Amino acid sequence: MKFDTPATTNPIDQLKVVGQPLDRVDGPLKTSGTAPYAYERHDVVANQAYGYVVGAAIAKGRITGMALDAARAAPGVITIVTAETAGKLDKGKRNAATLFGGPEVEHYHQAVALVVAESFEQARAAAQLVQVDYAKAEGAYDLAAAKQAGVEPSEGSPDQKVGDFEAAFAAAPVQFDRTYTTPDQSHAMMEPHASIAAWEGDKVTVWTSNQMVDWATTDLAQTLGLPKEQVRIVSPYIGGGFGGKLFLRADTLLAALGARAAKRPVKVALTRPMMANNTTHRPATIQRIRFGAGRDGKLTAIAHESWSGNLPGGEPEDAIQQSRLLYAGANRLTGNRLATLDLPEGNAMRAPGETPGLMALEIAMDEMAEQLGLDPIEFRVRNDTQVDPANPDRPFSQRQLIECLRQGAERFGWDKRATKPGSRREGRWLVGIGVAAGFRNSMSMPSGARVRLDAAGVVTVETDMTDIGTGSYTIIAQTAAEMMGVGMDKVVVRLGDSSFPVSAGSGGQWGANSSTAGVYAACVKLREAVAQKLGFNSADTAFADGQVRAGNRSAPLGQAAGEGGLVAEDTIEYGDLAKQYQQSTFAGHFVEVAVDAATGEVRVRRMLAVCAAGRILNPKSARSQVIGAMTMGVGGALMEELAVDKRHGFFVNHDLATYEVPVHADIPHQEVVFLEEADATSSPMKAKGVGELGLCGVGAAVANAIHNATGLRVREYPITLDKLLDRLPDAA
Amino acid sequence: MKPFTYERARSPAEAAAAAARTPGAKFIAGGTNLLDLMKLQIETPGHLIDVNGLALDKIEATAEGGLRIGALVRNTDLAADERVRRDYGVLSRALLAGASGQLRNKATTGGNLLQRTRCPYFYDTNQPCNKRQPGSGCAAIGGYSRQLAVIGSSEACIATHPGDMSIAMRALDAVVETVKPDGTARAIPIAEFHRLPGDTPQIETALEQGEFITAVVLPKPAGGTHIYRKVRDRASYAYALVSVAAIVQRDGTARVAIGGVAHKPWRVEAAEAEIPRGAKAAAAAIMAGARPTHDNAFKVTLVERTLGAVLAEARS
Amino acid sequence: MSHVSFTVNGERRQLDIDTRTTLLDALREHLHLTGSKKGCDHGQCGACTALVNGRRINTCLSLAVMHEGDEVTTIEGLGKPGDLHPMQAAFVKHDGYQCGYCTPGQICSSVAVLKEIEAGIPSHVSADLNAKPGVTAEEIRERMSGNICRCGAYSNIVEAISEVAGSQA
Repeated sequence: MKFDTPATTNPIDQLKVVGQPLDRVDGPLKTSGTAPYAYERHDVVANQAYGYVVGAAIAKGRITGMALDAARAAPGVITIVTAETAGKLDKGKRNAATLFGGPEVEHYHQAVALVVAESFEQARAAAQLVQVDYAKAEGAYDLAAAKQAGVEPSEGSPDQKVGDFEAAFAAAPVQFDRTYTTPDQSHAMMEPHASIAAWEGDKVTVWTSNQMVDWATTDLAQTLGLPKEQVRIVSPYIGGGFGGKLFLRADTLLAALGARAAKRPVKVALTRPMMANNTTHRPATIQRIRFGAGRDGKLTAIAHESWSGNLPGGEPEDAIQQSRLLYAGANRLTGNRLATLDLPEGNAMRAPGETPGLMALEIAMDEMAEQLGLDPIEFRVRNDTQVDPANPDRPFSQRQLIECLRQGAERFGWDKRATKPGSRREGRWLVGIGVAAGFRNSMSMPSGARVRLDAAGVVTVETDMTDIGTGSYTIIAQTAAEMMGVGMDKVVVRLGDSSFPVSAGSGGQWGANSSTAGVYAACVKLREAVAQKLGFNSADTAFADGQVRAGNRSAPLGQAAGEGGLVAEDTIEYGDLAKQYQQSTFAGHFVEVAVDAATGEVRVRRMLAVCAAGRILNPKSARSQVIGAMTMGVGGALMEELAVDKRHGFFVNHDLATYEVPVHADIPHQEVVFLEEADATSSPMKAKGVGELGLCGVGAAVANAIHNATGLRVREYPITLDKLLDRLPDAA
Repeated sequence: MKPFTYERARSPAEAAAAAARTPGAKFIAGGTNLLDLMKLQIETPGHLIDVNGLALDKIEATAEGGLRIGALVRNTDLAADERVRRDYGVLSRALLAGASGQLRNKATTGGNLLQRTRCPYFYDTNQPCNKRQPGSGCAAIGGYSRQLAVIGSSEACIATHPGDMSIAMRALDAVVETVKPDGTARAIPIAEFHRLPGDTPQIETALEQGEFITAVVLPKPAGGTHIYRKVRDRASYAYALVSVAAIVQRDGTARVAIGGVAHKPWRVEAAEAEIPRGAKAAAAAIMAGARPTHDNAFKVTLVERTLGAVLAEARS
Repeated sequence: MSHVSFTVNGERRQLDIDTRTTLLDALREHLHLTGSKKGCDHGQCGACTALVNGRRINTCLSLAVMHEGDEVTTIEGLGKPGDLHPMQAAFVKHDGYQCGYCTPGQICSSVAVLKEIEAGIPSHVSADLNAKPGVTAEEIRERMSGNICRCGAYSNIVEAISEVAGSQA
């Protein structure tokens, strides 16, 4: 189905099932421990051996020797695979560094060997006997030092100039020029990357944990030099991804190589201490933001420049994206500079670009409002735009940012905010509230699905879409139930298998809208097939309550399937609506913090997000997406930082004890409000996405609340107490 | 993890004798730190002596009016003991500020005293570490050292002792009771139990090879207001940046031990005379000679401010 | 290799097992009870939480051979689809999970937390060490902090636990 004109009324608009806050269909499995994750698939293939990964001990250089004899001779060892013995390997186009290092080492903890043994304990013990000698090479590990050598990236988003920023900035009565930094961050999903691989002849099946089944299939095939048809990827349950499982990673490749060498199925999981350096991370940024404004509080000049680093072939962290669209202003300059760093590969982490971008931009907006003597919400309202500032003929399809902020202000008690920072004290606590705009573009991706109808009236949906905790199983079931007029109990959803039609996958907050639109398209076809089978006029056929009705005729849905069943398959594809309209999602994030006046410890007391993100397909699971993102936002604001050893080029705090993410005690009750919206330009579902929106802006809202509480600005994330301590009022 | 043999000990003396007899043997009780380190090949015992079956899980009153805490009393049970809550609140508070409910259910009194540092370079076997591999160097010096020691450190090691319980015990003047392989018992004042790193950071305690902790004895209650204040980046389940264990008397005198700043619980008895003059003077005396790194210089300020908050709380 | 026998979810199990095998790996790899999750294998996340003799522990930091005669209850022993434990049902109702990987640990932990509060065990946030702790959101949050949920379902998890606590009171 080609979606190239705005949606009109369709069966989804009934909202009998879609739009309802239903419990997740996979809930009973997940809460009883019976949802099967990758490493647990004892059921799929017998005789699994255990692989244990050896990671490089240096960041850059060459392997000069590997002593494997002791490991080979260790009890239970079946085989040891290295790049030297693995045969020729290509590299998937989505990987910057190779997944199996040697003799070149491109980053710390890059996999350099896989030890396969009968048991996990044997594999681990043998892996610890592997001796690798290295010739270390000089590398660049310090973004601030490498910044000057940054270049305009050859791919992705080139510099954008609108009007004449320099002149407008110079002429502006009120000027602002500040630099912010955001650190490297780790996805730190709870389930480590894990795979089980089994070969049958020259075909390999991998049960794994991957957000994008087709990307993994394509890139594993390419890396192994196999036709794609000989690779099957199965990923029905994923213990968190956040972008860290978008791509083919070492566990999958090494399981396949290990299984080939061992001539039996092999399972591999990355150990937690290896994840931060072996896999990808959100790259650090240095961001300079300049504003010029009139005394009326209207921005006349906006510049946002961002520096980040990556391995050769890697991309920049596109932290300037939102600054092209979020606020009005006639003269604009935005651009990225990319430096070469020899740290592990930087890549997408939840809302790449906008997350660090808004962490900086939305503090800057708060600072500029203060400089102008304006309320931060009023300042944002004055600079709202309903069109793409670089192309005024291109409107936003929908944009309720002002409503998000106003409604949020009302609900959160913004009017009680102390206008004088540092003036509200409750015992040992300095208390403040802060706001930030949330913004994330809404992308649409082609997405396919197959739907089957059987004689019992059961609709089975198959798509390689994944559920990474987002609720895909549930909203896809809701979509099929709505379209086919059946209850949720009559829908079966099967996901995450490359033998199913290629979907949008889970990333970029496009998954919900795109994958359900694909199911919609397939269901439209199935409805036509049903009507045809029953001899009904498909134009006026209604599907409800398990019945198909046209005129005064009616039949049970299952009747159309007959004994052989009916199958329909389709893919949603898009025209140029995204070019005609800027499709984005918006939020107002509100945070109250308390800062210990003596120690500078920051504790978040209240949080609210008001979101405008198109139709909400399931308010319960969508709300969960948002609160989860808000939680990650608190982590980014207050504690998350991969600490770089700038001498040796690695992330030092590479486990969950030292890379701190929020725990229960850090997170208060969280409120989420979704504004009524249905975006007819997005898809037949009229939905967008919320999973990333919920994170975008949260960090700055926390930072702004800290400023409101203490009067102190911190422009280097995370805002740990050491950055406040010296400037807090004298202790009692 | 290297292969190891395993036995269950039947008495403390037998456990000590077994440890002395078997090179590379280690006791295992809760296992929460030892297994963590064994998985990373940082600890490589060839033999484990499981001491969980020993009847050392009681808390008993001593003739001197104090408490004898069996080495196998779990952190949860020690923190929840009525007498500890009532008379040694600082200890209860310190225990509850540490780790998680799950870990406290396993971790023992004896084992907790032997916790090893959480220095990230100690934990990464690719990096040189004098504590892990004597003579290999210290990667933490000049590296990422935000969590590490600011006082009492050496050219060989800037690791911190990670404990909470031990900080409170230091303020309480606890005594560690042990039995040696030859069956003799001894009592080690907590002040002498943990060591500064010096040239031998791999030696962390006063224990001899095979020496087994049987109990920790608390002297009779000191009265006063008990406070344990742990400052950390996240609100729970995190090691201290700085912690202060304090027992403050009505007259303003106090005993104070500091966590998160040194290779052992940091207490300077001579400095406690300064406490009635306020936190600034007291902290200056307690932290005299501090040698922080660029990353952790804030801890010196943090000690002063946290101590100030603790003394203020005690007054109120 | 070493022999050990213990009870898992009411069933007597005998294992001849590598001394190095953790209780977690014994459950997951030998008994195929994969509800207990390996998130970190170092006691840093809580995904492996199960109940041993009624107490919650990190099964990743305990050797299987050290559990001779113990009674182990895993998530599978609390309830199953169609017959969920009240805590499991409350997690479904309140959407107290997303990816589901930390969920069994959260649920085992929360069942134990309510018992710990009931038993009067204080926590870091208990205002008065000598008073019986209440079942407040603050108490639940502190006591659940050894169970990390990177999806960030905390707010919903606390509501699920609070509801079960309320119905037990």
